[in-house]
Amino acid sequence: MNATPKPTNGSWSPSLVAFFCNWCTYTAADLAGVSRMKYAPNIRTIRLMCSGRVDPQFILDAFSKGADGVLIGGCHPNDCHYAEGNYKCLRRFRLIKRMVADLGIEEQRLRLEWISAAEGEKVKTVVNEMVDQLKALGPLGIPKQFAEWDAEMTRLEHAAQTSQSAESEVAHA
Amino acid sequence: MPKPKIGIYWCASCGGCEEAVVDLAEDILGVVEKVDIMFWPCAMDFKKADVEAMPDKSLVATLLNGAIRSSEQEEMAHMLRRKSKYMIAYGSCACTGGIPALANQFPREQILRYVYEESPTTVNEAKTRPQLKFAEAGREVTLPELRNVVRSLDQVVDVDYYIPGCPPTPKITKAAIGALLEGRMPPKGSVLSPDVALCEECSRRDSKPTNVAFTEFKRTHQKHLDPQLCFLAQGVICMGAATRQGCGAQCPSGNMPCTGCFGGTDRVKDQGAKALSSFCANIAAKEADEIDQTLKGIPDPVGTFYRYGLAKSLLRRKAGLPMSNGK
Ligand code: SF4
Ligand code: SF4
Ligand code: FES
Repeated sequence: MNATPKPTNGSWSPSLVAFFCNWCTYTAADLAGVSRMKYAPNIRTIRLMCSGRVDPQFILDAFSKGADGVLIGGCHPNDCHYAEGNYKCLRRFRLIKRMVADLGIEEQRLRLEWISAAEGEKVKTVVNEMVDQLKALGPLGIPKQFAEWDAEMTRLEHAAQTSQSAESEVAHA
Repeated sequence: MPKPKIGIYWCASCGGCEEAVVDLAEDILGVVEKVDIMFWPCAMDFKKADVEAMPDKSLVATLLNGAIRSSEQEEMAHMLRRKSKYMIAYGSCACTGGIPALANQFPREQILRYVYEESPTTVNEAKTRPQLKFAEAGREVTLPELRNVVRSLDQVVDVDYYIPGCPPTPKITKAAIGALLEGRMPPKGSVLSPDVALCEECSRRDSKPTNVAFTEFKRTHQKHLDPQLCFLAQGVICMGAATRQGCGAQCPSGNMPCTGCFGGTDRVKDQGAKALSSFCANIAAKEADEIDQTLKGIPDPVGTFYRYGLAKSLLRRKAGLPMSNGK
């Protein structure tokens, strides 16, 4: 998975990765599409069978591969097809949100919404709202940061190699 | 036949892994009989120049402990990699960053300022900091540079095997050295510890609840710990289910929950996220407010779930920290 959007004529546009439950939000997004509602094209949707399937590893993976935001959509409380999946999702969400904030990722970059199959309009509102927020926040750019961190190593590796001969002279002295 | 040559080296480590080698006790004599230790600065007098003089690949293996955090450690890792047939990451810090990698939550400047100026035990009115270069009487001396980022060994050089643990136990160390000497090495990249969760070898396993519904989390100093009951049944975070076995469940045997030092099993990409996932899923509450109330018992999720593995986690380091350049 590579979530980095292609820059359209040089300007940055946020990449939003969405994990949508098959039974509700995914269907709602479909409905929004069929009803020709306009929402931001920045979203890359991944369909899962239940919001309870959203492994926190997926969220971190999405950020680490270039997502600027992650949106999770599940069935309303009491409506989950598998009875408890959305509660599990909510509990994980409450802590992972705090944890990614501790790791420097702004709270608005991660969002959970309950959206039933009939709520195409809500998909539109939530996606547009989130894309606007991400635009205001600017790029998260984790892959770029990885590259910068790695560059520290190669840069200093050269430094270490050039000073090596001088140091070994000292060692023999 | 000449004895196989090995090296033992330390980088950003507390010395516990060196101690673990010594902990082989009388078994170390058996090891010493079978190998020539060519480089072990902690225990014997060797210089960097001795390593430089060795032909490439002349060591069968180097056991390197500690994370990689300075220019010198990086240089030594590269050099020992060249000189060794097998590079073995020994201990949590070399394998996944270990405790030192928790520094990946802070900018380097903040760390240096705290250590050299602000810590309660520091008296340094002149605010002197170590300099990379210092010239006196016509001679220049140098110090290694502290990196912005703490790294696991395999983020710096190619690693053949991993021996996990903080520190690794004598049992898995002996097994690894035995396999090495007899040429029974598993596929490259293997972690030399069973790929099964710790709970399997824990004596408290029978009391592990099948259906936990956490209403609160207690930290170890907030509770009188039952010496037999699974920690999960006591509302205490135990990383056993998200951690690879091999230590013989020594922490639970000593009445402390597992903190995850052996790392995750092979199919886990991110030990912390996996642990968080299972603890949270099993909270009793269904409403955000009540869930948050329960989660108050985990005030520091990064320190709890990535205690030994932040460097190798999916995010590696806090996002947006500055990268300062030079001294
Ligand atoms: S959770 Fe901890 S105490 Fe319980 S069985 Fe697993 S390792 Fe043992
Ligand atoms: S019980 Fe956990 S923390 Fe303790 S030594 Fe074993 S793996 Fe490490
Ligand atoms: S089936 Fe939709 S959240 Fe579980």
